[in-house]
Amino acid sequence: MQDTVIESKAPTAKAVQAERTKKTTKTESNAMNAKRSPTEIAESITETVGKPLAQNAKLAMRDVNVYYDQKQAVFDVNLDIAENQVVALIGPSGCGKSTFLRCLNRMNDTIDICRVAGSIQLDGMDIYDSKLDVVPLRARVGMVFQKPNPFPKSIYDNVAYGPRIHGLVNRRADLDEVVESSLRKAGLWEEVKDRLESPGTGLSGGQQQRLCIARTIAVSPEVILMDEPCSALDPIATAKIEELIAELSQNFTIAIVTHSMQQAARVSHRTAYFHLGRLVEVNETEKVFTNPDHELTEAYITGRFG
Amino acid sequence: MTSPNNSKPLSKQAALVQKNLAKRYASERRFKAYGLASVLFGLCALLVLFVEIFGGGLGGFKTTQVALTLELDSDVLEVYDATNPDEILSGNYTGVIRNALKERFPDAAGRKEKRALYSMISVGATYDLRDQLAKDPDLLDTSIDVWVLADDDVDTYYKSLSSVPYAERMSDKQQQWVQNLIDQQEIRTIFNTRFFTGGDSSEPEMAGIRGAIMGSLLTMMVTLLLSFPVGVAAAIYLEEYAPKNRLTDFVEVNINNLAAVPSIIFGLLGLAIFINLFEMPRSIPLVGGIVLTLMTLPTIIISSRAAVKAVPPSIREAALGIGASKMQMILHHVLPLAMPGMLTGAIIGMAQALGETAPLLMIGMVAFIMDVPGAINDPATVMPVQIFLWSDSPERAFVEKTSAAIMVLLMFLMFMNAMAVLLRKRLERRW
Repeated sequence: MQDTVIESKAPTAKAVQAERTKKTTKTESNAMNAKRSPTEIAESITETVGKPLAQNAKLAMRDVNVYYDQKQAVFDVNLDIAENQVVALIGPSGCGKSTFLRCLNRMNDTIDICRVAGSIQLDGMDIYDSKLDVVPLRARVGMVFQKPNPFPKSIYDNVAYGPRIHGLVNRRADLDEVVESSLRKAGLWEEVKDRLESPGTGLSGGQQQRLCIARTIAVSPEVILMDEPCSALDPIATAKIEELIAELSQNFTIAIVTHSMQQAARVSHRTAYFHLGRLVEVNETEKVFTNPDHELTEAYITGRFG
Repeated sequence: MTSPNNSKPLSKQAALVQKNLAKRYASERRFKAYGLASVLFGLCALLVLFVEIFGGGLGGFKTTQVALTLELDSDVLEVYDATNPDEILSGNYTGVIRNALKERFPDAAGRKEKRALYSMISVGATYDLRDQLAKDPDLLDTSIDVWVLADDDVDTYYKSLSSVPYAERMSDKQQQWVQNLIDQQEIRTIFNTRFFTGGDSSEPEMAGIRGAIMGSLLTMMVTLLLSFPVGVAAAIYLEEYAPKNRLTDFVEVNINNLAAVPSIIFGLLGLAIFINLFEMPRSIPLVGGIVLTLMTLPTIIISSRAAVKAVPPSIREAALGIGASKMQMILHHVLPLAMPGMLTGAIIGMAQALGETAPLLMIGMVAFIMDVPGAINDPATVMPVQIFLWSDSPERAFVEKTSAAIMVLLMFLMFMNAMAVLLRKRLERRW
């Protein structure tokens, strides 16, 4: 599946452009869908079906396009993430969901060839404003990565690192408190309270990932981005993280990329389905998994490809 | 699954595989043997080198002394007040030693024989006597039994007696005298402290390596202080900040090119720029250190870049993701993780610089310098150059000095390599 996607990309790119300028209506494209491959369908998508926009949006993305050099990875994405909501981003590998997620706290800045167009607003503030400083932005929009990546320091220092560099606490006692409460929120306190000075890299994979979550929430971000946080973990550790996400959603706004549809179904309020860089469908999670609006979404969640 | 009893006949494919197996294993054994042979060859070469150097050089750490009874007569010495430094300095110690020799060997007759007798004691003995008297003025007008330093010819002859006697520069009479001393147990070899406390000398028995060691240390200090910060800073800039463009590529290519430039070219550069253009003095560790810095910089930059590059990107992302600035990311995470690699590169670069001779020849550090340097602008020479100078000297006794100096240099190199290993282990254990 993936191979054909990549191969067929080049010749059809122009066709897509032409199609987009013509502004094909949805009915037309639906009529044609019957005979076309998923790639062709995805490339002809100009509008997201479902309800991409929301009331009281914490993060509002409008016409987001992402390019790696000449290659476009994300096409015209419009999406809102509401406050204290968990939004799952799903889709086949290479569909741009991770790239899109990394735009939300400008982690893509570290990639020289990456270019982001469109507007992404956090509480109405454009995060791609040239005057905006990414350091405070990343303090407000934290990130948990695919592979657990604790610093090669003690457990305590791992959690204390964020508050320290941002100067959130001045006294050791306050720092101790932040570390404890973060570890508690991450459900790790009971397991590590007796060995806070031992290296964070010595923990098991699931514990490491929870440590990374504790590290992220220690700076009290408003939004947490999670990039396949459970892909390297076993089912038991995954279950713990999922429980944790449910708890965290009471205080934090969360965007989570996942390859596991069950996981998306379990943890998220809304689900966004990406295909070939297009945001195909956004709906309430329950609706996406029971009665999706778009045929591509349906094909993906029923396992016909992806 | 298949036991040998009920195995089916092999398929055609399996039979072919079976046929080739023996050949495959044979070539595998050969492959292994080549590697083993190479390792053995290397070990043999090392062994030969060590046997050669240690066999020839251990004697360099020993020196020969002769027991004499010295009459510190104030009239002979022309020293009447031993507390007066001027008088002490101008004293006739040679006379005292000669008298003692005449006393000990009354059979020396005629000027020629007497001169041969006198030449058996080193001029260093007079300095020792002077120092002894200066330290203890009460010795004046007394008689003392002391071990005095023998001349290098006696030293070489005496040490060679146990194997093949080397008597080229010893007359028959001198050999008899040495035999006499041996019979009376009035000649001995002891550990050569002068070798480690003295500077260079034209007399082998008085030549020491201290001057060269100090010169090397001062030069290395300058090199380390200049090349490590510059190298690390350059590596970090190139890895973390430099935009990926033609200019960066150009710089990168040229750093690699610099690493391959013969070291003597750096010497010429130092001569042209630091000595001719900036008119810095010749043969000083400062200039030597700068020249060696130019030489080691590429090594340090390349190894530091590799170390920085080896820091996993996940750690950088973790730091950036939590809101660390780029500098915080580098200082808190990248540098500590890259430090073992950087230090290893730096120490290997230093070890290379420590053994370097060619560029230092060009800036005059090949001079004959007797004083032990105390600062980076004192004239100095370095250990490999000292080895070169001694190996070039005609006196037989310098052969073992050369080997001994090589041993000291090797010791320093091993020490530095051990440091590299130790530092790496220590720093890595923290993670």
